[in-house]
Amino acid sequence: MLSWLSQERGLIAAIIIVILFLCLTFSIFIGLKQTASREKDEVFGDPERTLGGWYWTLTGISTLLLLWFYFSWGMARAFFPETGNELCQIAKINSAIAPITAALPIESRYYKSTTLIRRNLEQLKTLEKSMPVTAFDVVEIRELQKIILQSKAIIEFFSNPTNQSLESKIALEEIGQGFDRLSETLQTGFKGLVPNQEAFAQPKWGTELTEIPLLPTTPKGVLFDQISEKARVLTETFLKTRNKSTAADTLISSTKELINQVKARNENSEFDEEKLLKRTSYVKAVERIFRRLDDGTIFPPSALDKLNVSVNDFFTAISVTKGNLNLIDRILVPGDGIVKSKTQCTEQGSGRWLPKPTDVVATFMTLANPDIDSGGGYKGSTLLWWKWIQIGDILGFFIPDFLIDMLPGEYGRHSESGVFQPTLKDRMLAVAQGDVYLGAIPMLDGHIWDSLFRVIVALFLGIGLGVPLGIYMGVSRFFKSFFDPIIELYRPVPPLAWAPLVLTIFGIQDDGKIFLLFMVAFAIMVISARTGASGTQLSKIRASHSLGASDRQILRYVILPNAMPEILTGIRISIGVCWGTLVAAEMLAGTTGIGFIENVARVVSNYELIWVTILIMGLLGLAFDILMRWVINKTIPWRGKG
Amino acid sequence: MSNLVCENLSMTFLNPQTGVKVEALKNINFSLKRGELLSVLGPSGCGKTTLLNMIAGFLNPTAGSMSLGGKLIEGPGVERGMVFQQGALFEWLTVSKNVDFGLRMKKTPESESTQLVEKWLDIVGLQGFGDTPTYQLSGGMQQRVALARCLVNGPDVILMDEPLGALDALTREKMQSLILKLWKETGKTIVIITHSVEEALLLGERLFVMAPRPGRIHKEYNLPFASKGLKKPLRDIKHEAQYGKIREEILSMIWDMEEEIMGGA
Repeated sequence: MLSWLSQERGLIAAIIIVILFLCLTFSIFIGLKQTASREKDEVFGDPERTLGGWYWTLTGISTLLLLWFYFSWGMARAFFPETGNELCQIAKINSAIAPITAALPIESRYYKSTTLIRRNLEQLKTLEKSMPVTAFDVVEIRELQKIILQSKAIIEFFSNPTNQSLESKIALEEIGQGFDRLSETLQTGFKGLVPNQEAFAQPKWGTELTEIPLLPTTPKGVLFDQISEKARVLTETFLKTRNKSTAADTLISSTKELINQVKARNENSEFDEEKLLKRTSYVKAVERIFRRLDDGTIFPPSALDKLNVSVNDFFTAISVTKGNLNLIDRILVPGDGIVKSKTQCTEQGSGRWLPKPTDVVATFMTLANPDIDSGGGYKGSTLLWWKWIQIGDILGFFIPDFLIDMLPGEYGRHSESGVFQPTLKDRMLAVAQGDVYLGAIPMLDGHIWDSLFRVIVALFLGIGLGVPLGIYMGVSRFFKSFFDPIIELYRPVPPLAWAPLVLTIFGIQDDGKIFLLFMVAFAIMVISARTGASGTQLSKIRASHSLGASDRQILRYVILPNAMPEILTGIRISIGVCWGTLVAAEMLAGTTGIGFIENVARVVSNYELIWVTILIMGLLGLAFDILMRWVINKTIPWRGKG
Repeated sequence: MSNLVCENLSMTFLNPQTGVKVEALKNINFSLKRGELLSVLGPSGCGKTTLLNMIAGFLNPTAGSMSLGGKLIEGPGVERGMVFQQGALFEWLTVSKNVDFGLRMKKTPESESTQLVEKWLDIVGLQGFGDTPTYQLSGGMQQRVALARCLVNGPDVILMDEPLGALDALTREKMQSLILKLWKETGKTIVIITHSVEEALLLGERLFVMAPRPGRIHKEYNLPFASKGLKKPLRDIKHEAQYGKIREEILSMIWDMEEEIMGGA
C-alpha cells in the first residue's frame, strides 16, 4: 500500500491540487460574500472584526499549499509527469554541446575569441606598464618587451582571416553541417521511436534518491536523447579543431624560447631574495598570458559565423520539436529548469531546495516507520516509537553508588574455597548499578522523544528550582540581592553561546543538553516567579495577616497562587526558548534528536529531510503552545478579570 | 470588657528622597467601648487610613500606644478583622474558599468550618454563591464576601477602610443597611473610614472629623442615626432636619479645611 502510494505520488498530488483549487475558489467566494454582508454594520478598527473568518484561514492555507506545489514543481510533475524526463533529455543536449555554445555568442554577448583577445590585450598592457625595471638589466628588459610584442603579434596573426588554417576551416564547416543535419532530424519528428524496456524500469521522477529518470521514457525524449548522442560527436570534433598553421607555430615557438631563456636565468643566477621574487612573479605573469594564446583557440572574427547560425537554427529546431513542452517549461517549471551533470539530471532553482509536498510526506512516512530493519527511522533510531526499558536501569540511574558505600556492613570477599560470597550490601550495590532484572516497562523512544525528553526534564528542573527561588526573591531582600547579580549576569548571554562550554563539561549526550536547557528555563522561571511574587497586592497580604495566616502560609496560599499567571507565562516562554535552543544544541553535537537529523540532512544536502525536520519542529512547537494556552485557561481563568 | 484604647498616638513619615518629615498623625486619644460604631471622616491626607492601619497592626506608631481589651496591639491579629475598599479577595479561590481562608489557616476541622461558612454566607446574603469564582461577582457581592471572610474568624473589632467607596449609589445603600444589621446582630465594635459625609452620619454612632497637618481629631459627634437606621429606612433618616443640619455643618467644616490646604499650597 505504502509503496503504491509512493509510486503514485504524482497522481495523488494532482488530486490534492484540484481539491486545493476548489477550496481556494470556494473560500474566496464565501469570504467575499460574508464581507459584503457585514460591511454595513461593522466599524473599522473594532477588534470584533478579527474574530472568526475560517474561510480566510482556508484561503490562506490553500494559497500557501498551492504556492508550495507550484514552486516545488509539484504541479508540473502532477499533471505532466513526463516533463522532467523530457527536459532531462534536452539538458543532455545542452550539456553535450556546452563547449560549442561557450565559444559562440549564445549564452554570452561575445564570441569566446573576442573575450579572450580583449582580456589578454588588457593584461599585456598592464604588464608592460608594471615591468620592474630595477630587477632586470637593460638587455633583459628589451627581451621582455619583445615577448610582449610577440604575444600581441600572435593575437594579430590568429585574428587575420588569411592566416586561418585550412583544416580548421573545413572542420568548422563540417560541424556546422552536422548541426544542420541534426536540425533536419529534429524536424522529421519522433514518430516511430520507442523507448526501451530499461527506461520503463526506472523509478519515477522523485521517488528515489536519483531525482529524475535519466533514460528517455517518451518518443520525444528518445529523439532528444539520440540527438544528444550525435551532438556529443560534433563537440568532440570541435574541441579537436585548432586554428594552427606552420607560420603560427614558428611565432609561438620563438616566443616560448625567449620566455624559457629568462626563466633559465632566474633559476641559475644568484639574485637577492627580493629581486628574485619580483623576477619570477613577473615572468610567471607573462607566461600565463602566453599559454592562453598558444593553443589556437582564437579564430578570426567571422570564422564562426556560419557555425553560430547553424547552432541557433538547431536550438530553434529543438524548441519547435519541444512543442507544448515549451509552455510547461516556461509556466510550470519556475527556476533554472533541469540540468544534466555527469551522472544525473537534477532540478535547479526553487525545485532544488523546495521539495514537493508529496515527497516531504513520503520522506516523513519513511522516517516515521518504526521498523528500522526495513529502512524506517533515521540513523538507527525511530522517529517516535516505544521500547521496553528495564526498571533496574532506571533505579541504577537514580541511585548513586556512594549511597550504598555509606551503608553499614561490609562488602563480601572470596571464601577459602575460592568462591565469592555476596553479602546484603553487594546485592544492594547491584541494584544501584542497574545489574538486577526487576522487570521492564514500556517507554517512549525515538528522535522526537529524545528531543522532548531533554526539554521536559530541563523544564521540570527549571520550574522545580526556579519557581521557589523566584518566589523567595520576590519577598526577601536577602534572596533578591544575593541571587540577582548571578542570574542577571548569565541570563542575557544567548544560550547557544554557553553551548560549547556546557557541552564540554557535561558531555554531548543528554546531560549537557539538559543542563544547557535547564540554564535557559531556570533564568526565565526565576524572573517570572519573582515578578509574580513581588506583584502581589499589599491589601491581599494585609488581609491574610489579619485573617491569621503565618508567613509560611501567606507564601504558600497567597503569594504562590498570585504569581501563577506570571509563572505559567514563564513556562510558556521557557518551552519556546528551550525548544529553539535544543534544536540548535543538537545540531552542534549529538547522535539523536530532531536537530541531529537536520544537521545530517544539511551536510548531505537532503532538502526533503530538512523540510521534514522543520515541519516536525514547527508542529511540535505549535502543539506545546496550544497545550500551554489550554493549561493557562484552565488554571488561571481569573487572569485579566481581577 | 474589650475596648479599643488609643493613647497619644503619633505617626511621622519620612520621605526618603527629600528627607522631609510628614506628621501624619499627632496625639490621637480616644477609647471605644465594646459594640460601639465609629465612623471617621476627613479631607484626603488627614491620616484616616494611617490610623486604621495602625489599629490593624500593619504600621507601628512612632509614639503612643494602642490596646484592645487591655492587650497592647503590636502587629496584625485575628481579633481585628479588616475589610478593604476593593475587597482584596483571593481571585484564585471560590467564594466559600475565600470565606474559609482564615479557618483553614487555623486548621479548623472541615465539618466545623463548612457550617460556619454556610452560616455567614447566609447572613451576608450570598446563599448559593459558595462555588462561584470571586472574579465573576459584582462589586457589592465582593464586599459581602469580604465581610463574611472577616466575620467568620470572630474578630472583636472590624476595621473597614472605605468599604463602600467603589460601589454605585444603590448598592451602597443596601450595603449600609447590611453593615448596620451586622452591627446589631453581632454586637461587634466597628470602625469605618469613609470620605462620604452621608455615610459617616448614617453609620456612625460616634463620628470623628479629622483635620490634616498634622492629622488630628478635629471634632467629635455622638449621633443617633445609626440606631434609628436599625428601625426605619435609611432614606427617611436623610430627610430629617437634624441630619441635614449636621451634614451641612460637617460639609462646611471640611470645605474650610480643604480651602486651607489649597491656600497653603
